Amino acid sequence: MAEYSALSLLKNALTGNRDWKPAWRKPEPKPSYDVIIIGGGGHGLATAYYLAKEHGITNVAVLEKGWLGSGNIGRNTTIVRSNYLLPESVRFYDFSVKLWENLSHELNYNVMFSQRGILNLAHSPSQADDYIRRGNAMCHGGGDGVWLTPAEIARKVPGVDLSRSARFPVIGGLLQPRAGTARHDAVAWGYARAADRRGVDILENCEVTGFLRDGEKIAGVVTTRGEIRAKKVAVAVAGSTSRLMGMAGIDRFPIESHVLQAFVSEAIKPFVDCVVTFGGGHLYMSQSDKGGLVFGGDLDGYNSYAQRGNLPLVEEVMGEMVAMFPAVARLRLLRSWGGIMDMSMDGSPIITGGPLPGMYLNCGWCYGGFKATPASGFSFAWTIAKDEPHAVNAPFTLSRFERGAVIDEKGQGPTPKLH
Amino acid sequence: MSARRIPTGGLIDRSRTVPFTFDGKAYTGFAGDTLAAALLANGITLIGRSFKYHRPRGVFTAGVDEPNALVTVFKDGVREPNIPATQIELYEGLVAESQNRFPSLDYDISALNQLAGPLFGAGFYYKTFMGPVVGPLKGTRFWMFCEHFIRRAAGLGRAGYDKDPARYERMNAFCDVLVVGAGPAGLMAAEAAAKAGKRVILAEQEPRAGGAANWSGETIGGKPAALWAEAAAERLAAMDNVRLLTRTAVWGYYDGNNLAALERVGDHLAAAPKGAPRHRHWSIRAEKVVLATGSFERPIVFPGNDRPGVMLAGAAERYANQFGVLPGEKIAIFTNNDGAYRAAAALKKAGGAVVAILDVRPEISAAARALAEEAGVVPLLGHAVAGTAGKRLAKVLIQRFDAATGRLSGDVRPVEADCLAVSGGWSPAIHLASQAGRNPAWDDRLNAFLPPQPTQEWTGAGAFTGAMSTAEALSSGRDAGLIAAGKKASRAKLPEVAAPPLEAGPAPVFEIKAEGKAFVDLQNDVTADDVRLAHREGFVSVEHLKRYTTLGMATDQGKTSNVPGLAIMAGARGLAIPEVGTTRFRPPFSPVSIGSLAAEKHGHFKPDRLTPMHDWHVERGARMMEVGLWHRPMVYGEAGETVEQTYIREAATVRASVGIVDVSTLGKIAVKGPDAAEFLDRVYTNMFSTLAVGKARYGLMLREDGIALDDGTTWRLGEHDFLMTTTTANAGKVMQHLEYYLDVVWPDLKVHLASVTDQWAGAAVAGPNARKVLEACVTETAVDNEALPFMGIVHGGIAGAPVMICRLSFSGELAYEVYCGAGHGTHVWEALMEAGEAFGITPYGMEALGTLRIEKGHVTGAEIDGRTTARDLYLDWMLSKKKPFIGSALMDREGLIDTNRIRLVGVVSLDGRPLGGGAHIVEKGSLEELGESIGHITAFCYSPALSKYIGLALVKGGKARHGTRAFVSDALRKRFGPVEIVSHHFFDPEGSRMHG
Amino acid sequence: MLIPCPHCGPRDVSEFSYQGDATRTRPDPASTDMKAWHDYVYNRPNPAGPHREYWQHAGGCRVHLLLTRDTLTHEVQAVAFARAGLNEGAGKP
Repeated sequence: MAEYSALSLLKNALTGNRDWKPAWRKPEPKPSYDVIIIGGGGHGLATAYYLAKEHGITNVAVLEKGWLGSGNIGRNTTIVRSNYLLPESVRFYDFSVKLWENLSHELNYNVMFSQRGILNLAHSPSQADDYIRRGNAMCHGGGDGVWLTPAEIARKVPGVDLSRSARFPVIGGLLQPRAGTARHDAVAWGYARAADRRGVDILENCEVTGFLRDGEKIAGVVTTRGEIRAKKVAVAVAGSTSRLMGMAGIDRFPIESHVLQAFVSEAIKPFVDCVVTFGGGHLYMSQSDKGGLVFGGDLDGYNSYAQRGNLPLVEEVMGEMVAMFPAVARLRLLRSWGGIMDMSMDGSPIITGGPLPGMYLNCGWCYGGFKATPASGFSFAWTIAKDEPHAVNAPFTLSRFERGAVIDEKGQGPTPKLH
Repeated sequence: MSARRIPTGGLIDRSRTVPFTFDGKAYTGFAGDTLAAALLANGITLIGRSFKYHRPRGVFTAGVDEPNALVTVFKDGVREPNIPATQIELYEGLVAESQNRFPSLDYDISALNQLAGPLFGAGFYYKTFMGPVVGPLKGTRFWMFCEHFIRRAAGLGRAGYDKDPARYERMNAFCDVLVVGAGPAGLMAAEAAAKAGKRVILAEQEPRAGGAANWSGETIGGKPAALWAEAAAERLAAMDNVRLLTRTAVWGYYDGNNLAALERVGDHLAAAPKGAPRHRHWSIRAEKVVLATGSFERPIVFPGNDRPGVMLAGAAERYANQFGVLPGEKIAIFTNNDGAYRAAAALKKAGGAVVAILDVRPEISAAARALAEEAGVVPLLGHAVAGTAGKRLAKVLIQRFDAATGRLSGDVRPVEADCLAVSGGWSPAIHLASQAGRNPAWDDRLNAFLPPQPTQEWTGAGAFTGAMSTAEALSSGRDAGLIAAGKKASRAKLPEVAAPPLEAGPAPVFEIKAEGKAFVDLQNDVTADDVRLAHREGFVSVEHLKRYTTLGMATDQGKTSNVPGLAIMAGARGLAIPEVGTTRFRPPFSPVSIGSLAAEKHGHFKPDRLTPMHDWHVERGARMMEVGLWHRPMVYGEAGETVEQTYIREAATVRASVGIVDVSTLGKIAVKGPDAAEFLDRVYTNMFSTLAVGKARYGLMLREDGIALDDGTTWRLGEHDFLMTTTTANAGKVMQHLEYYLDVVWPDLKVHLASVTDQWAGAAVAGPNARKVLEACVTETAVDNEALPFMGIVHGGIAGAPVMICRLSFSGELAYEVYCGAGHGTHVWEALMEAGEAFGITPYGMEALGTLRIEKGHVTGAEIDGRTTARDLYLDWMLSKKKPFIGSALMDREGLIDTNRIRLVGVVSLDGRPLGGGAHIVEKGSLEELGESIGHITAFCYSPALSKYIGLALVKGGKARHGTRAFVSDALRKRFGPVEIVSHHFFDPEGSRMHG
Repeated sequence: MLIPCPHCGPRDVSEFSYQGDATRTRPDPASTDMKAWHDYVYNRPNPAGPHREYWQHAGGCRVHLLLTRDTLTHEVQAVAFARAGLNEGAGKP
């Protein structure tokens, strides 16, 4: 496969762009593989790539029930950050940011990672203390964080309502300069192409309908394209984890599926240069390279597998948008959509071997799976290849709930809808 | 009069000339014009520049589907970008500007992008800009450098940063039948339902009802169709049970037949009437919905199909018939169906010269042939447009075409034309139906998607269902209205329609393949070759196509490009169109102002909670701060004082004499019933059933997982009557927590809960002279140590108002909480102030309150942060062993009793400098080389009692570190310095003062 | 989404507070069966289809309702008071 570069682009332009090859093959399933990864989203594809690249395991199939990247990798608000509070999270997500920084080169695919920074606006002294605690946790954990005064915020993000009379006056903000955004679809396509090039079979329209077993051990899957056997079966289907676990006979699990809506405005010329979050409610907003303001807020707040939400949440998010950027009232909402979030019971993911022999599990990403894609794929591949966790994913076990060793960033407790 | 304005006809008001400006130049139009119509009437055909290649673009449609003619409107002193000129009603003084061009619309330097066109094919971004692997531009830096310029080139119009001064409004509406679309079908449906006695809302996105009747040239019931529609709309408007909403686009179909609509109340006026909002957002609950949303014409894709002058045939017809504007002088028609022949005849009748009709079909109907005759041309059958020429359309290049093979042949002949009216068939506007449920179904006759089976309570009517003729619209409309009203379809006579019997289905020709850029998505500059490139690279599913090429992602949401794009992909894959699939339409149907959705939330989207004494605090110069939704005094500063000086003064006064603080914000829950004590035993970690009547007790609640939830005092007012207090921040959460257990877990307990937070005003009087203050003003009860011991409760009066007083202390001083009815709050507060005057009483704010509690080591939300246990906070003495309680089962799990958890300590600044909330604690390090964090500071203050900076902290190991040295490490605020870790009970650990 | 509160009538979802899965049973308070406690506190069936769940009419009568709602379509299929005793004699919504 030709390398992508300015030169190849020029060469192909001169020949009418007729010689470009498919970004990934569309092979027929083989009867068996060393590793099957269920889920052709960002995490599944990244896992396949790192299995091949880091561990030389290339007899791998990625099974996707629809079109590649049709889950949350293609439905998120594209934010990449590691502005976390707890040391386990800081370590994991900062590792991810480091992988992001070189990802386009690594994949020979421009994923458009733009380190434009993320700014969390703080609106009360106690919120400022919280954010400063978090910023200091980031710095002490090897990451980056900067505290901005309202005057500095005014310079960095014109248009933010900094008036004293605002319902929630801005008193400062936590900036993580290395955070940013990336082109979400490109991440799926880039990993798919790079994994394919190393020999991984990507099987689209291949829905898993059951598991094959050798006694207790998971030995493969039944799919809409036939039975496929494997030494190891990895599950990376955030949004549908409970359904897959149900097929494996586990009918209760520390996950709920919830719908999260996202929004984009019409494209406008550059308006905001970094990702901004509003602390008076729950809102995050950035501007895509194409010019649309991309933003989202809370979950709709009830179990759902329908990829659509309802009107009250739309109104709530728009109210927060206008509270943060009063000028935005004049702009127009272009599109909204819904994604199904794997909400775990402490807001943190699960990346682990098990829960059945022969099975490996990657789930529970809540809102935050996109930014984790490289680290998740890297550490999950490690866990599958070596049958032990990598240092960065070691705390993200399934047993942590039993042991009381939860990683509860928001301090909300065992409720899946508030993280 | 301009050259392009037809002397008579149309639905415009020629008696009202309306001046406006476009790109700074003054023009006039007539009332009833859209900006697009008025510009065309003035001979302006170049209106915008395209997104990627900056190609000149004109008006392509006459409605909401417009991809090209987007402008920025200046009104109310702010800019509004990206508004289709086809959607802007002309008003006096309208100021519009073209966008995405530099230095001018006519000469746009970025049009050079076209030269490099082949480089900018679909997905080119992904293949380049990776940059060097070493040096300053390594990693993602090179991309970020390029991105800077790409972002400036992208985007459409420019938004301003000024606050939008407009007002927006939200309306809830309920009806039996909501009819969406007031074309002939919608009008019939609304009337049928209304006559059946139903409450009807009829919503129409255009300024006038009638839909295609306004430009079809047909007659209904012997009248021109537009007049029939006007009369029908007037009849409806006169009915009490009908609400006719024009300029109202229904854009969202949500669960439970909840539809969202945007009414543009003031956009068409130079100034909104007094009190009227700019836009009104409607949330409509309809028992039944009739979708009569009509259909969209779609183009045929061919090279040069984007030049100004190329437009949809139906749009050209509409400009002539509705607006009295000829879109060109020499008009060519290109079609694959009969519909465009009606346009040809209309354009001829309006005075245009129809220079050619090109039809890809080898044969046409007699009706079409008759219309061609009216238009004065012999149609060229088996012909197609192979290209165009001119910056503004000047020539159409035509060739023979075989619809069966899709091949062009023979000579290319130029035809001079300044307008090319194109029709590629019609697609039902199924967007709302698609939002509401399943995937649509492909129809081979119409070559279009039809609406899916309903998953919600709607029926369809008219062109929306694929019934394209006006006669069908009338009958299906009436039936849908009757069905929605719960009646049977009617066989009564319908108004006669006089219309040519045209065949609705087009030939399945979607693209003419020839040399040159042929655009599928005009706004996003996606070409037919881009679709084929996507196919070549494997992006063949509909969603991949959309995402890889950006097809259909522009502001028009692919209304004209969806089916042609799918058809080209289907052709490339050798599949039928429905096999390629269809994308699910998402809300909104058409763009919606964000301000309208924020509506009344605009600027104050959460309520302000004020205590009864709020005005008093403000009058006394208190600086207020946000605590949850509450506004509370931070400090009562005097002239020249810093915040720190103020709180030190306030706190010192409390310790030395007496102070008063507003505690009305504390959550207060009345817990009553025979099982109230048992209930409290279950929800608190400590016992409440043993509490004597007339006494209060401090209580701690855990969550089910063993983590601390909240704390506060609960007062036993009677055997079965308790008043629980919670922290300000958790009041709502605790109430819900308790209600859940009573309703769901312990329904057998006879307990009633009521939130009484807002019913009571509360003031805490604290300090060694607190009792003296009370003695000076409290009546009807004694307040001495015997009558009112520590944690005792008495009832009495202050200045004539009944009060309840509990002796409890958050400050560590002799202190009382005085509660009275909220309406008496300020009255009682002022009486307490007056009584305290002799002792130099001071009101104190949150900063002093915090200082006093830090000195005592009391915990609040900063320590009970949803992650700490009772043990972490050294509150294990409150964990009763005599009974189970919420959290008792799981609180001893290994992760929660780990000795290395962060636990509560005190810290003292050893360098005499302030500490900082959120600063971390390290054993070693510096600001340059940050050490490993062992915890963090939760709160700090300058302690007037200890004369030093102190703080509370959560530190690994907790008590085990008492007496050791560590450092405060605050990378964010650049503060590093030594601290001593001590007990969190800084001041009067024995509690002798409060018991005094 | 509309929720038919048996007490107040059909009301918009925004008036309600979601309280989640209704299939869990709290172990006996004195139980020391840690597996049962863990299952109660952390595990959920999370079905794709009919889901039994609690909603509190927080902006209305504040009563907890027991709904059966399809998580694939959001259709509310059944509703009752969570406190069984309240359902006796309660009219249909």
